Amino acid sequence: MKFDHTHFRQALLRTPFHDRFVELSTTEEWMAWNTYKVPRVVDKLPTEYFAVRSGCAVMDLTPMEKYRISGRGARDYLDRLVTRDISKLKAGRVTYVVWCNDEGKVIDDGTVFQLGENDYRLCAQHHQFDWLLMSARGFDVDIQVETHDVAALAVQGPTSWSVLAAAGISNLEQLKPFGIADLRCGDIPVTVSRTGYTGDLGYELWMDPANALQVWDAIFSVQGQYDIHAMGLSALEMVRIEAGFIMPGFDFNTAEATIRNGYDRSPFEVGLGWVVNLDKGHFTGRKALLAEKSRPAKRRLTKIVVDGNKPVGEAFIYDGKNGKQTGEIKCATWSPILKANLALADIEFINGRLPAQLWARIDYQRELKWHSAWAECHSHSKPFYVPEYRSATPPMRY
Amino acid sequence: MASYDSIIIGAGHNGLVCAAYLARSGQRVLVLEAADEPGGLGADREFHPGFHTPIAHSVSHFSQKIANDLKLTAHGLGAAKPVPTVGLNTTGAHIILQEGSLSGAGTDDTRAYREYSRLMLRFADVLKPFWQKTMPRIGMNNFSDLATFAHIGINLRRIGKKDMQEFLRVASLPVRDLMDEYFDNDILKTTLGWDGLIGAKLAPRSPNSAVLAMLYRLAGESRGAHTIPVGGVNGLIDALSKSAMASGAEIRCSAEVGHILIDGNADGLTAKGVRLANGDTVTADRVISAADPQRTFLDLVGVEYLDIGFTNRIRRLRCDGYVAKLHLALDSAPEFEGLQQANGRMIIAPDLDAIEFAFDHSKYGECPDSPVMEIVVPSINEPSVAPDGKHVLSAHVMYVPYQLKGGWNPTARDRVCERTIDTIARYAPGIREQIVHQEFLTPADLERQYRVTGGHWHHTEFAMDQMLMMRPTYEAAQYRTPIPGLFLCAAGCHPGGDITGQAGHNAAHEILR
Ligand SMILES: Cc1cc2nc3c(=O)[nH]c(=O)nc-3n(C[C@H](O)[C@H](O)[C@H](O)COP(=O)(O)OP(=O)(O)OC[C@H]3O[C@@H](n4cnc5c(N)ncnc54)[C@H](O)[C@@H]3O)c2cc1C
Repeated sequence: MKFDHTHFRQALLRTPFHDRFVELSTTEEWMAWNTYKVPRVVDKLPTEYFAVRSGCAVMDLTPMEKYRISGRGARDYLDRLVTRDISKLKAGRVTYVVWCNDEGKVIDDGTVFQLGENDYRLCAQHHQFDWLLMSARGFDVDIQVETHDVAALAVQGPTSWSVLAAAGISNLEQLKPFGIADLRCGDIPVTVSRTGYTGDLGYELWMDPANALQVWDAIFSVQGQYDIHAMGLSALEMVRIEAGFIMPGFDFNTAEATIRNGYDRSPFEVGLGWVVNLDKGHFTGRKALLAEKSRPAKRRLTKIVVDGNKPVGEAFIYDGKNGKQTGEIKCATWSPILKANLALADIEFINGRLPAQLWARIDYQRELKWHSAWAECHSHSKPFYVPEYRSATPPMRY
Repeated sequence: MASYDSIIIGAGHNGLVCAAYLARSGQRVLVLEAADEPGGLGADREFHPGFHTPIAHSVSHFSQKIANDLKLTAHGLGAAKPVPTVGLNTTGAHIILQEGSLSGAGTDDTRAYREYSRLMLRFADVLKPFWQKTMPRIGMNNFSDLATFAHIGINLRRIGKKDMQEFLRVASLPVRDLMDEYFDNDILKTTLGWDGLIGAKLAPRSPNSAVLAMLYRLAGESRGAHTIPVGGVNGLIDALSKSAMASGAEIRCSAEVGHILIDGNADGLTAKGVRLANGDTVTADRVISAADPQRTFLDLVGVEYLDIGFTNRIRRLRCDGYVAKLHLALDSAPEFEGLQQANGRMIIAPDLDAIEFAFDHSKYGECPDSPVMEIVVPSINEPSVAPDGKHVLSAHVMYVPYQLKGGWNPTARDRVCERTIDTIARYAPGIREQIVHQEFLTPADLERQYRVTGGHWHHTEFAMDQMLMMRPTYEAAQYRTPIPGLFLCAAGCHPGGDITGQAGHNAAHEILR
């Protein structure tokens, strides 16, 4: 018997689109995402960023954890799992959700796609199969991991609809934000959802991995007509901060991965109170969240604009210049389109409220020498960047 | 307005104790029992016309405080004398433990027994406050909760450094190590070790809770000696029912609860009553379940009202029972080789290995070749349980698995029943000819007939991982549950099973505080 002794050479899996990224990659900057090898930057970061904001960017979403949840009890099952009211969701629609442990601390976030009656797909940031199975006991549901069986591509940016139409995916103009449609790209079946993680107009394409390259090629075949770029995770990090999206496991510690007392976060604490429906009936963590709601807020993951243009990396936040430490920046980016330093900061509240002043101490280098400067920060309640065109139906044609 | 202050699901002895305390405090209490008479595993069972025995056949640490508080004597409970515990030997050289003294062993063993029982009784006293109190919640700095721990601490100090160190060493020892340290006589070892094992998924070589189980059972006023109450265990049940009713509690039998009604509103969930299997609903300010934890949460409440982590902890409770029951109707008194009268609690286990081997089979879902068991003949002390001159033999047969490989069927049941009778016949050779009727109940039968998950003696395993503030699991360990208005009060709670009334007592105390 022969053994395959070479598996170690390929520690990370290749997505069905991998060959195309290899062809396009000039940087060879790869990184791991849920056991897959994906590009950090394919060619040039500014090009990839601006593709999302003013053209069309294509990103591999295959590594996203995908679960198929079906059966007569699927809706009740999901309603007890997530904090949002799933009973209001309809077939052909998507909703953003978070789910908590018994203590009301966030385990992960994701999206629920209602594909049909009693048929849902849950996409998650992190591997959730064990928690999903554990939650299934007592419900008439079937749960399958679909991560490796469904190839997924994000096509995002103001021209994304025009690109997809030109690439042969028709009947997309009436698809509303958070809608799902079963369509064809030429004669290949693709499921398209008007969803994304960029805050721009955008779509996500779900298909059989066997057809993945054909769909890719169809999209890139209209590259002469449109500015289309393959995009890596670095550009995504910039646009998701602009769009005000949070990333569990990076912006805060997820509950099931937390060891230290008090290091996990509730949905309220990460600014996701709007997805918590305390009136929908029982769900896991509700009791803890009801109790939390009755107390003054302790902290909030807060969107802030940091004055100046010095690169904001990891930094502490203070309640005044030379004041008391009151928080820390969890992620930050320079926003080329807004010309501002944007960040998400975990900030401790004082008597249930955000401190009146927020200052960051920014450590930065000039020619390898460290400097330190104070920058005032301004909290921001809405997403930083919300282009109006992104929710128009039909979208603007280019 | 709700019809009752409290509804108690299940009229097992713990449900009755809880009902009696609550009714005495002035609450309007309704007890709903699925069976056609109260008592649970202690209820009277007429297994053949005129022949009676409950499943639990003797009582060793029923709380005297409860008996006094609930005036059980005034409600008809007669005073019964402890019976000897007898380690049977096929040769007739039995070991007899009676009123704290040992006979039938050699001089070394007899001397060792004095030191052994001195220590064990001291240790039992150290732990005593544990069994009678609500356990503290971990992380809560409630004064009275912490006082429970302080009390144990003081008790430990009081026994002196040497005994204290010895206590800490011995507390989690396997039965076998403890017995081998002290004794030579095999039957003495099995007889003393028995109370560490009966009802649990433990064998002599298992480290875990065996010594704690022994100390639990030694903490009663009778110091571990068993009695067969006047009127049988049913006499005790009767007095408890009468006491509860005299205080105004209502006991409704043949009233199986199908669901606990949960009210959800903006502030969360509350239990507000029950729906009976016949569809009737009854409302109350609180619902107290004397059914086991898995049945209570998974069947009667339903997982949709429970958080995922909590549900998982309830689901993985270890509830498989390993004790079966043999009931024999005999046309005359059984005669055991070398015994004047079979009036004691008799243990059949020739040596610790015999117990271990019986356990080994059950671990793999098989029945033991040579079952080990505990026998009483209740009709000797209490003639009313059998027709004139006739007798009842009741045996707890150890290591009969709830989950038999291939599943239980009449053939499998008959086979282990016959092996059990064969084993008894080695000690009482005439027994087969005396049998008028025989009945064998596997843990699966007990589950079905007595509504106890797994047919488990303690409703769920009595072991380190499911003890004290972890019994049945955290978030439900202080008789309260994650659902306000829903309480637990039976063997699946601290301190555990046996006919003690302690869980019912502690639950009532917690509810009234
Ligand atoms: C084989 C065996 C032998 C035993 N022998 C002894 C012994 O000799 N001495 C001793 O001290 N202990 C013995 N025990 C242990 C002892 O019997 C139990 O620990 C004790 O009976 C527990 O009492 P309880 O009141 O908590 O519960 P139970 O006695 O189990 O009572 C629970 C009651 O709830 C009722 N119930 C459950 N569900 C519902 C529902 N949905 N609606 C209405 N009613 C419901 C049941 O019908 C039952 O009456 C033995 C146990 C077993 C299994």
